[in-house]
Amino acid sequence: MIEPSFIFGQFVSGLSTAMYLFLIASGLSLIFGVLGVLNFAHGSFYMLGAYLAWQLVQWLGPRTESFWLAVLGAALAVALVGAVIERLLLRHMYRREELYQLLFTYALVLVISDVVRYAWGTQQLGVSRPPSMEGAFLVFGTNVPIYTVFIMLLGPAIALGIWLLLNRTGLGRTVRAAALDREMLSALGTNVGWLYTGMFALGSFFAGLGGALVTPVRSLVPGMDVEIIVEAFIIVVIGGLGSLWGTFLGAVIYGQVLAFGILVFPRFSIFAAFVLMAVILVVRPWGLFGKPIER
Amino acid sequence: MKATPHRGFVQRVPWLTLVLLVMVTVPWMGSRFYTFLATDIVILALFATSLNLLLGYTGLVSFGHAAYFGVGAYTCAILMKTHGLPFIVGLLGAPVLAGLVALVFGYFCVRLTRIYFAMLTLAFAQIVWGICFKWNAVTGGEQGMSDVPYPDLSWMAALPLVGNLRVGEQYYLLALAIVAACLALLRMIVNSPFGRMLTVIRENPERARFIGVDVRRYELAAFVLAGAFAGVAGALFGLFNRGVFPDFAYWSKSAEVLIMVILGGMSHFWGPAIGAAALILLNQQISAYTQFWPFVLGSTLIVLLFVFPGGIVGTVAAGWNRMRGRL
Repeated sequence: MIEPSFIFGQFVSGLSTAMYLFLIASGLSLIFGVLGVLNFAHGSFYMLGAYLAWQLVQWLGPRTESFWLAVLGAALAVALVGAVIERLLLRHMYRREELYQLLFTYALVLVISDVVRYAWGTQQLGVSRPPSMEGAFLVFGTNVPIYTVFIMLLGPAIALGIWLLLNRTGLGRTVRAAALDREMLSALGTNVGWLYTGMFALGSFFAGLGGALVTPVRSLVPGMDVEIIVEAFIIVVIGGLGSLWGTFLGAVIYGQVLAFGILVFPRFSIFAAFVLMAVILVVRPWGLFGKPIER
Repeated sequence: MKATPHRGFVQRVPWLTLVLLVMVTVPWMGSRFYTFLATDIVILALFATSLNLLLGYTGLVSFGHAAYFGVGAYTCAILMKTHGLPFIVGLLGAPVLAGLVALVFGYFCVRLTRIYFAMLTLAFAQIVWGICFKWNAVTGGEQGMSDVPYPDLSWMAALPLVGNLRVGEQYYLLALAIVAACLALLRMIVNSPFGRMLTVIRENPERARFIGVDVRRYELAAFVLAGAFAGVAGALFGLFNRGVFPDFAYWSKSAEVLIMVILGGMSHFWGPAIGAAALILLNQQISAYTQFWPFVLGSTLIVLLFVFPGGIVGTVAAGWNRMRGRL
């Protein structure tokens, strides 16, 4: 007999996983939605954010403020890296075939994974939770760490923030226009080049933020970049690439399937997620919220 | 420029025969190291050419081709080591199982547009890697399987010339023969009406559909064939390596083979094989100086994409044409 508190515990753990993954997948989806580029290196930006946050915490010491400073600093640094890469290299790829765009971001994965290995080695690293978030709430007989609650609130807040930015601001209108017709927007006097740079930096910022925030929960190891990008892919395939709420729903579903899939496939809970993805692909190949594209 | 009435000197040289002759004589060149390198090149040339059936001929971008290489390697190793079956069973079992896995994964992948296709192939490959990594009872888990037996080559002892070679050199000749047969088969496939149809699909899938071609079915067939040939390459590689490891199915292996194809040039049948040779020789040179091979791979790829998008074959061909135009 499975106890209710166990079920609740799995639910919470699934939800918090979902919110981390949403942070990563939202950036991926945002960049695809506006720039039309599938960024394989998104997971690498996440890894870079995690390692940079670790480094900053080492320098600043284990205080609460220093953790938040490190998180923000790491996310901004990753956004800067993204902006530089977009300006110098990716920009020249937009007119090329999809294959070359994919290969280019794939090459970045290789380069960044080795840069991280060179800078921080291959041993597992970890960051302790910020002291002010050490405690836990007792809900339905399950301990829910304050940090987990924070993450579960941050996810929807960011989703709402992105939605407001895209749908309720002038900048958002320009961004949506850029996604529809880049040339027309350019002819109307908008500097689309810098708009793209900005959106790529914003997407990278979310990847870096996700990486930095995950440091107290998951240990930092080489290979975390590919692990997360595969999970992000599954989520956007479920939700629909380029759709914000689809990505959010995809992340929630994925988190729950992973948390409860453990009951069915004790050692391979990711299989449950793959089964779900396969079913969705057969029924709606473009995902729950995506639009069918014919190419 | 294309339709020259009499073929030039370069075209008249029977390059294929020459290369094959040189490859056959490698074991007698006196260095075990050369044979080792040549075995590596020959096997990975098959792996890269199998990927090009998808990439260059059908226009499908697979980022998880190592999955089928890994399945082939594990199948052959498990059949030969765990079950003690002869080499021929392992060699035939590898493409069958790799093809079956490709059939299941491909069924989902070919339903998707290009970007989704690329994402899914990577995700499925990670699943294969996960199984190899975690299923200790069958695959040996993280440690993989070592001491996979060499195929029984005692029959070679009776042959003239080959009889007194070392086992590694005999294995090289065997691998060369198998790879040559597979490449001949692949070349027949791409030149067949089936292969031509794949090119039509790459160029214009809508038009292909319009003239009544079941595009998905053709793509799936290409996917399965590519997977099966990758399986053969995996089987040969596992035996050559004397062991199979989860790394065989890891994404970095998929990256390596993809870069071989791009480096050599995907517009030509022999491009990927040339790319495989170039990359392995480069690796050999570079690993003496640095352990950061992925960094070199990634940077090479970026340079290729920006400066030589046609790869070695494409660049040489363009240079050659320009030179002839000037003369």
